[in-house]
Amino acid sequence: MDVLDLSARQLAAAIARRELRAVDAARAYLDAIAAADGEVRAYLRVTPDRALADATAVDAGIERGVAAPPLGGVPAAVKDNMCTLGVETNCGSRVLAGFVPPYESTATSRLWQAGAALLGKTNLDEFAMGSSTENSGFFKTRNPRDRGTVPGGSSGGSAAAVAAGEALLALGSDTGGSVRQPAALCGVVGMKPTYGRVSRWGLIAFASSLDVIGTLTRDVGDCALALGVIAGHDPRDATCAASPVPDFLAALEAGEAGAAGVRIGVPREYLGPGIEPAVRDAVTRAVGVLEAAGAGVDECSLPHTEHALAAYYIVAPAEASSNLARYDGVRFGHRAAAGGDLYDMYCWTRGEGFGPEVKRRIMLGTFALASGYYDAYYRKAQQVRALVARDFAAAFARFDVLAAPTSPTVAFPLGSRAGDPLAMYMSDALTIPANLAGIPAISVPCAADGLPVGLQLLGPAFSEALLLRVGHAYERAAGTTFSRARAAGRETPRGREGGTGR
Amino acid sequence: MSVGEQYQVVIGLEVHVELATRTKAFCSCPVAFGAPPNTLVCPVCLGLPGALPVVNERAVEYAVRAGLALNCHIAATSLFARKNYFYPDLPKGYQITQYESPLASGGQIEFAAGGEQHRVGITRVHLEEDTGKLVHQPGGGSLVDFNRCGVPLLEIVSEPDIRSAEEARLYLQELRTLLLFTGISDVRMEEGSLRCDANISLRAAGGPPGTLVEVKNMNSFRSVKLALEHEAARQARLLSAGERIVRETRHWDETRGITFSSRSKEEAHDYRYFPEPDLPPLALDPGYVERVRAALPELPAARRERLQRQYGLPPYDAGVLTATPQLGDFFEGCARLHPDAKTVSNWLLGDVLRILNETRREIQDSPLTPAALSRVLGLIDAGTISGRTAKPLLEELVRAGGDPDQLAVKLGLLQISDEAALQATVDEVVRACPEVAADFRAGKEKALTFLVGQVMKRTAGRANPQLVNRLLRERLAGGTPGGGQGGGQGGGRS
Repeated sequence: MDVLDLSARQLAAAIARRELRAVDAARAYLDAIAAADGEVRAYLRVTPDRALADATAVDAGIERGVAAPPLGGVPAAVKDNMCTLGVETNCGSRVLAGFVPPYESTATSRLWQAGAALLGKTNLDEFAMGSSTENSGFFKTRNPRDRGTVPGGSSGGSAAAVAAGEALLALGSDTGGSVRQPAALCGVVGMKPTYGRVSRWGLIAFASSLDVIGTLTRDVGDCALALGVIAGHDPRDATCAASPVPDFLAALEAGEAGAAGVRIGVPREYLGPGIEPAVRDAVTRAVGVLEAAGAGVDECSLPHTEHALAAYYIVAPAEASSNLARYDGVRFGHRAAAGGDLYDMYCWTRGEGFGPEVKRRIMLGTFALASGYYDAYYRKAQQVRALVARDFAAAFARFDVLAAPTSPTVAFPLGSRAGDPLAMYMSDALTIPANLAGIPAISVPCAADGLPVGLQLLGPAFSEALLLRVGHAYERAAGTTFSRARAAGRETPRGREGGTGR
Repeated sequence: MSVGEQYQVVIGLEVHVELATRTKAFCSCPVAFGAPPNTLVCPVCLGLPGALPVVNERAVEYAVRAGLALNCHIAATSLFARKNYFYPDLPKGYQITQYESPLASGGQIEFAAGGEQHRVGITRVHLEEDTGKLVHQPGGGSLVDFNRCGVPLLEIVSEPDIRSAEEARLYLQELRTLLLFTGISDVRMEEGSLRCDANISLRAAGGPPGTLVEVKNMNSFRSVKLALEHEAARQARLLSAGERIVRETRHWDETRGITFSSRSKEEAHDYRYFPEPDLPPLALDPGYVERVRAALPELPAARRERLQRQYGLPPYDAGVLTATPQLGDFFEGCARLHPDAKTVSNWLLGDVLRILNETRREIQDSPLTPAALSRVLGLIDAGTISGRTAKPLLEELVRAGGDPDQLAVKLGLLQISDEAALQATVDEVVRACPEVAADFRAGKEKALTFLVGQVMKRTAGRANPQLVNRLLRERLAGGTPGGGQGGGQGGGRS
């Protein structure tokens, strides 16, 4: 048995039973990174010493007879927009190059408390602004399933690391689809929880009212395990919900109900023009699998979907323009060497430090908030946002869960949308509405062959347990199992080694 | 003032008050003055990436307290907002404040001054955070100290109801007293815990509103009055000369006694306000607001009225005793121990305040206690000391404290009420001043005053004046020394 083939649940259990040492698991993953990351480039920074130290501590605890923590010895990667104490965190931006946080984000600190080992910090679109990870201020990450294509974004590094077997689980953040879309494109499970389910303390803000930390895992079971660890109230985030966190994994393992009796709505706006036939076919088949497993399926409508993208591109840049004001060269990060007065320092620091997409969004947001434009843009966008949320509320009066594609397309070739921001923005058309409404959504791989496709399941606020149950039911009914992307070149995510897609 | 009858002065004040919370508005860093630079900071108030604000509950309570004291409506839901601008003392690049929905609005302050009743509307009261401080280096360059960054501030905006510079000063004085009573701030203008900006315009009689000018950098009550007097006169001069008032911000220069235009390239600020997404709307349920209202201490207007009613004090005394809550508390503490409240007030407002002023102290900073003051008054009443010798005793008590009885002995202030002892001095004085004695015998009553004075002088002020008076009258009426059997009885007891 190859250590790298174990799920997080299996690995933690094996370590707890002393069949495997955490430090050996960490070494295996560090070796996998060494072997594959030269080409995939999922990591901005690998932290071998830290991984081995974390793992050694878990082994020592188990030696002493301390009860093994839930993620004891699980090698994990963290998107580089979450602050890690003493480990450089630069958000994929030159403006933050060299920034070493003096504090730890809540989500990551819960990972370490649960026994996970930090393998390193993963690549992302600068400040999480993008859908391909091509906007990283440092380098591009490749999709391990097809290295000529993008891994999606902005959590492309985290998704690629999990898909390539360079990490057993990873954290990402999802502002408009940044966990789900790369999960779909890389053939892994991506969960965007309810806004407020996971603390944002220590998450470097892009758009504060939309940002949510999520998980990237091999399967739905690992997703339940990881989400249970990072979710829950945090007094340091005023927007973090006090709502109790159920034992997601125990519910999955105990529940045999599966998809039976679950009412699933399929919003017609999510299968309209612009959706690639391969995507539409895979998702339609996946919904059929759930129906065969006992779910009730019907079409529904979310009429304001077409306005969601536009509203998002007002709200998110507006918040970003304010959130990114602190990168001024005064206290940390990059400061331009050029002389001159204060104004020059600001201009040169920000001019040199930010990449073109970040600058574009800062300008968009600055205009949207300008006095005289505020009502026409920001206020109007917030009204649209309320309408999008109302659409969902109406749909959830009839359905338990909505099913849709995660991304309109499969992974696209590197560079193919780089010059066309609007085409790039369309990548998130099907994921953005959940962020605007603050509801949870999960992306589960559903392609039988070819490049990965994500089945997106959306539920009402705090319905993560139900989404996990339905996602898990789909995995079982479809017989999908995770397989690591290994060889260079084009490769399918599943089915070839581990069973059938259907 | 030269503005004359031609123009009406229209003033609105914008006051910032630093709240006396233990910790900052949105993080748990301590609020303290004088700490070494950048020692009272954390990821939140330094605006580090990923740090998030959490509202200080005590700051909210203080803001509600102030809103209620200012007769405002407290919003069931108010919103925090971001005010965006770049400056090195503003680490996040925005200030967390309130914009569209402030915590409190629609209040008013009423006060009497100069025999007139004044009423100034309060537009809004909201909570925000302070900035850091730039320290400009003599050799060029600037350093930033973020200790003050994130200290909670209350912004109190008045309606343009103020009609003169003097009324502005009175409003500010009244506002300060009111806030002192609520206990939310130490409101010291000189230390920057109370700051004031003004909007001032002139309006021709019956004409449209004039152009607003903002005046900043007024650092004392006096400078508010001087700056606004100057600015009103400046505007009147321009208008009378047929010139136009420019809408601008002007700084008060205290040493030159003028305002000057402070336009800079940042003048056309667009703060791009929008609701703060890191903080949920601030919802205050009516029960909470009522609990804060119930816990409000007695406010100055109510105390002023009560001091007059309960102790029979004249309005002037009640007004001075209400300048700070501590002064009134002190008075009431004494009045409980001494039967004559007006006498207590006279001594407190007279000698005690004088000595406090000389030593630049507030009543609460002095070791003098209500019990000690009332004991001093008791000693005067008993004739143990005189009103005159009470003064050095009070000096000592205000400066250093102590036991009044022991101090009176130690300082040799005890009144001489021993008839035999005084008789000798009386005899001496009568012998030494035969002409004056003769004047008195001839019916000149005033001559006696001189003779009493002489006795007081020879006893260093310690002689019981009533007794001296009686002894002198007896002596000059031809009585023998020591005569008047019953005299001793009345001696020191009046």
